[in-house]
Amino acid sequence: MAAGVAAWLPFARAAAIGWMPVANCPMPLAPTEKNKRQDELIILNVSGRRFQTWRTTLERYPDTLLGSTEKEFFFNEDTKEYFFDRDPEVFRCILNFYRTGKLHYPRYECISAYDEELAFYGILPEIIGDCCYEEYKDRKRENAERLMDDNDSENNQEGSMPSLSFRQTMWRAFENPHTSTLALVFYYVTGFFIAVSVITNVVETVPCGTVPGNKELPCGERYAVAFFCLDTACVMIFTVEYLLRLFAAPSRYRFIRSVMSIIDVVAIMPYYIGLVMTNNEDVSGAFVTLRVFRVFRIFKFSRHSQGLRILGYTLKSCASELGFLLFSLTMAIIIFATVMFYAEKGSSASKFTSIPASFWYTIVTMTTLGYGDMVPKTIAGKIFGSICSLSGVLVIALPVPVIVSNFSRIYHQNQRADKRRAQKKARLARIRVAKTGSSNAYLHSKRNGLLNEALELTGSTEEEQHMTKGTSLIESQHHHLLHCLEKTTVSTNTIPPPRPGLCAWHGLPMDKVPTECSEVALGQAHPVPGVCQRGWF
Amino acid sequence: MNLEGLEMIGVLIVIVLFVKLLEQFGLIEAGLEDTVEDEMEMATVRHRPEALELLEAQSKFTKKELQILYRGFKNECPSGVVNEETFKEIYSQFFPQGDSTTYAHFLFNAFDTDHNGSVSFEDFVMGLSILLRGTVQEKLNWAFNLYDINKDGYITKEEMLDIMKAIYDMMGKCTYPVLKEDAPRQHVETFFQKMDKNKDGVVTIDEFIESCQKDENIMRSMQLFENVI
Repeated sequence: MAAGVAAWLPFARAAAIGWMPVANCPMPLAPTEKNKRQDELIILNVSGRRFQTWRTTLERYPDTLLGSTEKEFFFNEDTKEYFFDRDPEVFRCILNFYRTGKLHYPRYECISAYDEELAFYGILPEIIGDCCYEEYKDRKRENAERLMDDNDSENNQEGSMPSLSFRQTMWRAFENPHTSTLALVFYYVTGFFIAVSVITNVVETVPCGTVPGNKELPCGERYAVAFFCLDTACVMIFTVEYLLRLFAAPSRYRFIRSVMSIIDVVAIMPYYIGLVMTNNEDVSGAFVTLRVFRVFRIFKFSRHSQGLRILGYTLKSCASELGFLLFSLTMAIIIFATVMFYAEKGSSASKFTSIPASFWYTIVTMTTLGYGDMVPKTIAGKIFGSICSLSGVLVIALPVPVIVSNFSRIYHQNQRADKRRAQKKARLARIRVAKTGSSNAYLHSKRNGLLNEALELTGSTEEEQHMTKGTSLIESQHHHLLHCLEKTTVSTNTIPPPRPGLCAWHGLPMDKVPTECSEVALGQAHPVPGVCQRGWF
Repeated sequence: MNLEGLEMIGVLIVIVLFVKLLEQFGLIEAGLEDTVEDEMEMATVRHRPEALELLEAQSKFTKKELQILYRGFKNECPSGVVNEETFKEIYSQFFPQGDSTTYAHFLFNAFDTDHNGSVSFEDFVMGLSILLRGTVQEKLNWAFNLYDINKDGYITKEEMLDIMKAIYDMMGKCTYPVLKEDAPRQHVETFFQKMDKNKDGVVTIDEFIESCQKDENIMRSMQLFENVI
């Protein structure tokens, strides 16, 4: 039952008097309200912004934080209000949910911040109203994709992974050419040979020079031996590469099924098949066909080019739009071909000999190519032909923006992924520095502690104050904790020295530390007053 | 000019497209004029109730009770009036297992005393005042008014059957034991046997009140919802 309608329950109960004269048996007793409190205003103080509402409004949803007794944990006795140290902007939406029964998602709000607030107040995101649900789901999906990208790139760039088997190193080298110089060399060599192979295939067919007998010879036949050697070399490189990849693949079965490996196989098969069936007249026709497949070598470039991969991925993700385009085009082609055939049937010497023959005309007209080899001659034919070309423009133009927007989204996602990787590197570097800084701070404080004990014995107080004033309370408690852990696990009393050559507080090598560090020369860490090192791991 | 079949069709298509084009440009007015009516519907009905003191004098509720009532009322119907659709929607939320639209329709007519198709806050308060704070006589009067669908002063068997069917519809199918198909009719027979003293097939207001006052169960159940607010 919706919360707002609960206000109408008294009405429904009163209207039940209409059943009474009709009833045959006595009615059950009504429940009595034991302690009927008068409705009171509650003050909710969220980070200084005061919200007020009736108590019954909040109690409409008893399984949330505000509706249950959980809010008593936040009750401030002195000011007689409930204080929450959270975002007041999002709280506005949350309170409106209690008032109206509908939860809205503000567009300007960050999705993860919003989710956190919802989780804090014990509200399920599934009850977001229809008006805002789509937006919420879209943003959430976007965010999830982004985080997934991050995780993927993180996994790919794990710093130094020791104990990688030879096979795993090879696989990593194949997938990521930037990991080692050998991989890079291999990458460029294969790229070069792919280019050579493709150019060879093209140049083979160019006519160069004549042979006595007035016949133009293509270069392939003139320099047959040279071309054959080139082809052999390329195919050998490709075969070696394929076999190496097959050996290094973590899952051979999956590798064989992957698209790239199929392309590899298709690219090198024609050569071997050609070797096997030599100069057999029957199958030479098929042999010529096989040479066409050599052009697939150009697809091997997709390993080298990001853009090609994106294009392929886009086409795959727009499969439904492409399917729709194809289907509607087919429908239109059949309709118009039929109409054109019957329209042109009357005219003499018409090229539209059958409906399939008219397909060619329809396709050429709809894509606005207009070769002009088939032209309608009757009036009806011309009318329908013009309608055909106009509708062709429309039908083709409609799904194209969808494909374009898909491509744009995927492309920008890739761009963003690169930017984020660079940002992540910088962030990791900063975190590393902070970690070394804090561990050195701990060591420093430990030494301070021991020095303090020594100082107490000698009774010198000024240096004591100088030593301890640099660390905050949280830090000293943290260091004490680490110290206790050490005492539990290690039985030795010695202080390990700080990392030689490195100033603990700045994380810089000694020569770059600013000159006011007077204790630098002593090789000791020095406190910087008032700075709380962010050492919480 | 003798046009062949297909040519004629072709020319026809061209003419139709041309006419459609002219329509788009607004040079030819075609279609029904229903744009003006749409604009009229945009202005929603708004109603402001009478002053709080006046309502307090007219009904038997205190100021605080009226405040609570109005807050709930206005929350669900911001425009200040309830039309039958909203009424049915609100009522059906309390009885999810059955179909309460028919009974809500009768209830709406009982609340809508001036029969203008909408229940304002005054109607609402007056109705509730009778039901919750009225005398037994007034309540019985109200119930009679509810059953008398055409408000002619007599409850006929058909009217009672309608009401009974509506009430049984609200129960829905998930009852135990399963209600028989003619349960409403039997119930109506029982009712008429009890209420119709002179056996003339209709129940007048006096017969109704008299019979109810004789029945202890009914009297007791009338007091059931005293402290709802």
